[in-house]
Amino acid sequence: MAQMTMIQAITDALRTELRNDENVLVFGEDVGVNGGVFRATEGLQKEFGEERVFDTPLAESGIGGLAIGLTLEGYRPVPEIQFFGFLFEVMDSVSGQMARWRYRTGGSLNAPITIRSPFGGGVHTPELHADSLEGLVAQQPGLKVVIPSTPYDAKGLLISSIRDNDPVIFLEHMKLYRSFRQDVPEEEYTIPLGKADVKREGKDLSIITYGAMVHESLKAADELEKEGYSVEVVDLRTISPLDVDTIVASVEKTNRAIVVQEAQKQAGIAANVIAEINERAILSLEAPVLRVTAADTVYPFSQAESVWLPNYKDIIETAKKVLTF
Amino acid sequence: MASTKKAQFDAKKTLEKIEEQFEMFQILNEQGEVVNESAVPDLSDEELQELMRRMVYSRILDQRSISLNRQGRLGFVAPTAGQEASQIASHFALEQEDYILPGYRDVPQIIWHGLPLHQAFLWSRGHVEGMKIPEGLNILPPQIIIGAQYVQTAGVALGLKKRGKKAVAITYTGDGGSSQGDFYEGINFAGAYKAPAVFVVQNNQFAISTPREKQTAAKTIAQKAVAAGIPGQLVDGMDPLAVYVAVREARERAINGEGPSLIETLCYRYGPHTMSGDDPTKYRTSDLDNEWERKDPLVRFRKYLENKGLWSEEKETEVIEQAKEDIKVAIKKADDTPKQKVTDLISVMFEELPHNLKEQNEIYQAKESK
Repeated sequence: MAQMTMIQAITDALRTELRNDENVLVFGEDVGVNGGVFRATEGLQKEFGEERVFDTPLAESGIGGLAIGLTLEGYRPVPEIQFFGFLFEVMDSVSGQMARWRYRTGGSLNAPITIRSPFGGGVHTPELHADSLEGLVAQQPGLKVVIPSTPYDAKGLLISSIRDNDPVIFLEHMKLYRSFRQDVPEEEYTIPLGKADVKREGKDLSIITYGAMVHESLKAADELEKEGYSVEVVDLRTISPLDVDTIVASVEKTNRAIVVQEAQKQAGIAANVIAEINERAILSLEAPVLRVTAADTVYPFSQAESVWLPNYKDIIETAKKVLTF
Repeated sequence: MASTKKAQFDAKKTLEKIEEQFEMFQILNEQGEVVNESAVPDLSDEELQELMRRMVYSRILDQRSISLNRQGRLGFVAPTAGQEASQIASHFALEQEDYILPGYRDVPQIIWHGLPLHQAFLWSRGHVEGMKIPEGLNILPPQIIIGAQYVQTAGVALGLKKRGKKAVAITYTGDGGSSQGDFYEGINFAGAYKAPAVFVVQNNQFAISTPREKQTAAKTIAQKAVAAGIPGQLVDGMDPLAVYVAVREARERAINGEGPSLIETLCYRYGPHTMSGDDPTKYRTSDLDNEWERKDPLVRFRKYLENKGLWSEEKETEVIEQAKEDIKVAIKKADDTPKQKVTDLISVMFEELPHNLKEQNEIYQAKESK
């Protein structure tokens, strides 16, 4: 075991897979000698050489096309999109191309690509760096979308993502990169994609969430416990496909649920979680499933983040509405 | 006050200097006469006949495809008549280990590379079996998103380079496609990585109804190569020998580690943009059509071969009959392909089905077994 931040766990996962499989290639803007704008790929080019870890021209669409093309010669590309707000430049390669690769060739080709990309608010980034756009890719058949909230999950999920033979979008919340350390095994391990994790057990309310909101939810749960409520926190970890079994099992136990996301109400995936609960566990519900989200505006100017981003107080407030419905 | 001194920068001259580097490369004129003796490729009599055979075959394939489309026996069809030299002679310069990333009009190239005809027809109809790529055949399905094949080609070519293979990735787009961002990113990436790619722009002068002049103020599309720092060449796209030589040379440069090339083939499509309701009489004059029909690649290559005693009406009839027969057999084979079910579509989404698809698979299995 070693104490790692999430960014260290990510680097460790990349190193593990670069060692394990000579077909793994890491590339993107400034991921080589620079080690990435967040140090996620630090030391990797030095260890594995420019053939395996390399910089690209500044063009996201080109990076997406490069990744797809490299799969035809049996490579396993792990490209980076510097900030997920730049997804729009590469939306065709992601949703129009790699997601459909296996299908459009009748299963004769596949795209074992893992796109890593940072996102998320709370660190006062400039425009279009922090936007939560996971809802867009979660709507595309053929993609899996993974969002870890801890160093341990990040390593196991990233190794699984890289080994997956279909495309995975791996979104890394910037605020979680170095906010805390956790024990992470130094050896390789995997966490299955599409599996949620109950981060805290409880009996009265399920909070279903992902990304930075996992930690806000855990904080809210601690506060609510002081008031006598036992709160369960389900960290989705993979937002597409959803782990419906874990969600439903939790709701059937607690009979009340809220869904918490950092994205705007009209975005993200909270509406999808609620629909699944309504379809599968309506008879267990003592109250409607409510959402904690950001407002339906463009992502805030950085000085307005603190009043705009959902936090544990918003979660407590909504939780109480549901608990006292 | 602003100076009224004469500008030091001669903008007009700069443009002219660029343009004169992109003169059209031609070997055969409209009469099938060699106008560039030293450039004539070293092709055997059999190879010359095979090239003609493939061009005639492809013209028949186009005619039959249009008619089968009108009968409702094919779906999406993008006519190719007029582009035989550009498509077939460029393909003729490739080797089996080369990868082809075709656009939606480039079905003939992947057929000649090895895609069974009935599968091309299934693709036209919209069937999952259509682009199930036979093991070892280096092609991709026709790309509908104009430009996407260009960025992907940079990746395929880099893959070939990394594996140390003596092969290239070739891709095709049209004149309109050269306005896309992915067009530029593709050639620029391949240039930056010195990757073995051959980028072909088939300038058939119209992107649906929009004439080439409305795409760009650049005099040629070949000169766009300058922006990527790679060689560009304008070729008479109605001249099979010129197209062959240009692609062959680009291929040689690529496998020798000298990087990618951009080739503009100046050609014309005689038919509509696609068979999906486009009416070229709305935007093209019959004078223009006639002018380009005189440049027909089949006419000039036929004359060239006849003068060499390598082609006859008899030979041509034989090819036509063979093409018609093959097409009949392929359409029958397409007809006999089992209809698609939703479970078939689900099964090719992922290696391992995620929970939602597993669930939906069961639902559709139950429906389908009723």
